[in-house]
Amino acid sequence: MTRAGAAWAFRRGLALVLLAGLGAGFLSALRGSLRARADFVFNNGTEITTLDPATITGQPEMRVAHALYEGLTVKDPATLAPLPGVAESWEVAPDGRRYVFHLRAARWSNGDPITAEDFAWSWQRLLLSETAAPYAYQLWCVRGARAFAEAPPERRAERWREVGLSVENAHTLVVELDEPVPWFLTLTSSPALFPVHRASLERVREREPERWPSQWLRPGRLITNGPFKLVERRVNDRLRLVKNQEYWDADAVAFGSLDVLAIESLSTMLNLYLAGEIDWLDRVPTDLVPALLERPDFRPAPYLATYFYRVNTTRPPFDDARVRRALALAIDRRAICEKILKKGEHPCFSLTPEGLEGYPRPELAHAADGDPARAFAADLAEARALLVEAGYGPGGRPFPTLEIHFNTSEAQRDVAEVVGDTWTRALGVPVRYLNQEWKVYLETQKRLEYDVSRSSWIGDYPDANNFLEAFRGGGENNRTGWRNARYDERLVAAARELDPGRRLALLAEAEGILLAELPILPIYGYVSQNLVSTRLDGFHPNVLDEHPPKFWRWKSAPEPRRRASAPQPAPSAPADSPR
Amino acid sequence: MILFLVRRALWFLLTLWVVATLSFVLMRSVRGGPFSGERALHPSVEAALRERYHLDWPMWKQYLQYVGPLNLDGHGPRFVGGDGSDRFTGLFALDLGPSFHYRDFTVDDILRQSLPVSLALGALALAWALILGLTAGVLSALWRGRALDVGVRLVATLGIALPNFVLAGLLVLALSFGAGLLPPAGWGEPRHALLPSFVLGAPFAAYVARLTRSGMLEVLSQDFVRTAVAKGLPRRTVVLRHALRAGILPVVSYLGPAAAGILTGSLVVEKIFAIPGTGTHFVNSALNRDYTLAMGVTLLYTALVFALNTLVDVAYTLLDPRIRLEDA
Repeated sequence: MTRAGAAWAFRRGLALVLLAGLGAGFLSALRGSLRARADFVFNNGTEITTLDPATITGQPEMRVAHALYEGLTVKDPATLAPLPGVAESWEVAPDGRRYVFHLRAARWSNGDPITAEDFAWSWQRLLLSETAAPYAYQLWCVRGARAFAEAPPERRAERWREVGLSVENAHTLVVELDEPVPWFLTLTSSPALFPVHRASLERVREREPERWPSQWLRPGRLITNGPFKLVERRVNDRLRLVKNQEYWDADAVAFGSLDVLAIESLSTMLNLYLAGEIDWLDRVPTDLVPALLERPDFRPAPYLATYFYRVNTTRPPFDDARVRRALALAIDRRAICEKILKKGEHPCFSLTPEGLEGYPRPELAHAADGDPARAFAADLAEARALLVEAGYGPGGRPFPTLEIHFNTSEAQRDVAEVVGDTWTRALGVPVRYLNQEWKVYLETQKRLEYDVSRSSWIGDYPDANNFLEAFRGGGENNRTGWRNARYDERLVAAARELDPGRRLALLAEAEGILLAELPILPIYGYVSQNLVSTRLDGFHPNVLDEHPPKFWRWKSAPEPRRRASAPQPAPSAPADSPR
Repeated sequence: MILFLVRRALWFLLTLWVVATLSFVLMRSVRGGPFSGERALHPSVEAALRERYHLDWPMWKQYLQYVGPLNLDGHGPRFVGGDGSDRFTGLFALDLGPSFHYRDFTVDDILRQSLPVSLALGALALAWALILGLTAGVLSALWRGRALDVGVRLVATLGIALPNFVLAGLLVLALSFGAGLLPPAGWGEPRHALLPSFVLGAPFAAYVARLTRSGMLEVLSQDFVRTAVAKGLPRRTVVLRHALRAGILPVVSYLGPAAAGILTGSLVVEKIFAIPGTGTHFVNSALNRDYTLAMGVTLLYTALVFALNTLVDVAYTLLDPRIRLEDA
């Protein structure tokens, strides 16, 4: 072949390759074009890490889990009170240590019946150390569960027989607890205790022994028991869920399909919401909050989470409680909430947030005057006096430079600068700022290589214990080096206490100790920031910011066809064939 | 030419190995691990996860397992996690391993899902760059010094100077919210691809226009063009068949870096337009300390850039008879 011929052939070839590439591009772009928009579309904010309910911890994962699975109980969308789920009814013994659950005749998405054995097996799987379930400890309240979880493999069978979990018959599950756990019925409605379909998991494990952990949760293989089931999953794009016709309460589920998007960019998600492509966002760009507050569909609400600074109590001068108290008093919480955050966050003087029913929440002692400015001035005066008492400032040593440590983000920096500015101007404490990328920041905090470090805690269930437990001496979530025997004692005593009022009083006593010692400096209480279509019914603001999809429906849409009396739900919508 | 390709293939393997080793060392020496979070894991849970992903092994053994081809994991059946029954694993077995962060996927799964999206986006962007750039460049060279030329050069300078997120914002404002023509973001239908591919291709179109213009200007003043004109050939034939072929050589040599730039530069555009491509993983995998995914994406991009550059070298010889690859 001549060179010119080769060149010609090559150019033709190149053109063909380019054309083929473009064609392939279009085809892959076209692949989804037959897919109509789902009945309801919400943005989850990120790609979820897994669909395995036993190992999830994040809110995005939980949102999907609440659509795909159902526990023994479900939460009321407004009050969060336990409602019947797979369990039709239950009895609690007077001492709060024994629960008998009566399961209804519910089915998995493949038609298999759900039995008490399914729950026993799933809970056993949760406890096993190989599952590496972060929330396995939530089940340690069951008698013998912790001993089973920590037993060597050869003693497991023996230990399992001692666990307070018995299957009386296919529809009766008895759970015995070591101590009364007032929030146990909240746990049974949370993902860690959701049932997993044993047969399908084991089938995949047998066929693909090396790769099954990434295989059994695939669309088409995953069998679930919730109001929706998985039909499609594309990483960083979307999950398509359709109504599960086998679900026991399928008639009450209004939406035929859900799309769960994984958009991370705040402005992109807002654009899509404004263009009507998304119906619910769980967060909004901070600079647009004042404008959004004018809209009826933006509904910030108190949320069970606290923003605080950790103090490294192993590092002088922060080992002195007076210094920590001075720092805690000299934080202009009102300025932070009103000038920076603006969504209705509220100044917070305790670790536990508002919204814990019956809990006599203590606060760190501070001046409470009708006039906030005057009160803050009094707090600053006390803070200065405390520092002098500790030997710093006028007549004492100069205070060493303090470093505020936070994860890289504009919002964190803004808060840190307000706090640091007050400390410098009012207390004469020189302040430096250190921002680190998220994982580095976590590691620095874990190794106690900071002075003061930004933190937050989000409640799993509405009980003070969920917050206070974190600061038990030596716990992995303590990360302040603080340890107080009296504090730990109160927590243990509260766990043993049968009387609900006295239990909460003991917890409040513990928090009182924490707020006198102040290994943490509380700053503000979070609000959820839902931007959600006003047409949506069954979506209520609540302190856990949890919104079970089972209850969602359109207000103004024509009444979904309800067949309350029809025994057999006829598959009316072609929801199962999105492709 | 064949010798050249064989040599290139050997270099390719060596490059991949060096990149794999470097990225392995770099990833592992960064502070913070894949399993940390605001809510710390119970020590027993963390230990179980480290065991499942072999992070409890000494570093050299982890490295050998990652590169392969022999599976060093001989622990037999386990309740959770692979059972080590595969004999071969690692890079040499074309296995990039499980993702540490997206636990339901292997790195292969993730790349298989996201790469076609990025390639489609990149191909479209390259198409925009070539169609707009070549047209503008040729016209600009032919009407040198006239209003059209000045206009093209002005737009080209703007196109190079404007960051793509600014351009994206302006276009979304104008075309999505102003005219209501195109969706502001998303992926799945052809209309979704128009805006992002244009935004991604625009700076490259501007650069191509400038390269074409200067290339054409140089060629148009050469003897063989004058000869062609003197022979009485139509102006169109002279420009398209004689001048353009020589004039676009700089553009061809720019195509390799341009394609690489479009691929690696797509992450911003992918984020702005919520496109499920590989670019997002390029950043997020490092942030998540998803060791295997970060290394997988790095290796993939290495391979792509290497392949593109080789393709350009080959194309160059075929367009310019003076260059032979044996000498390269």
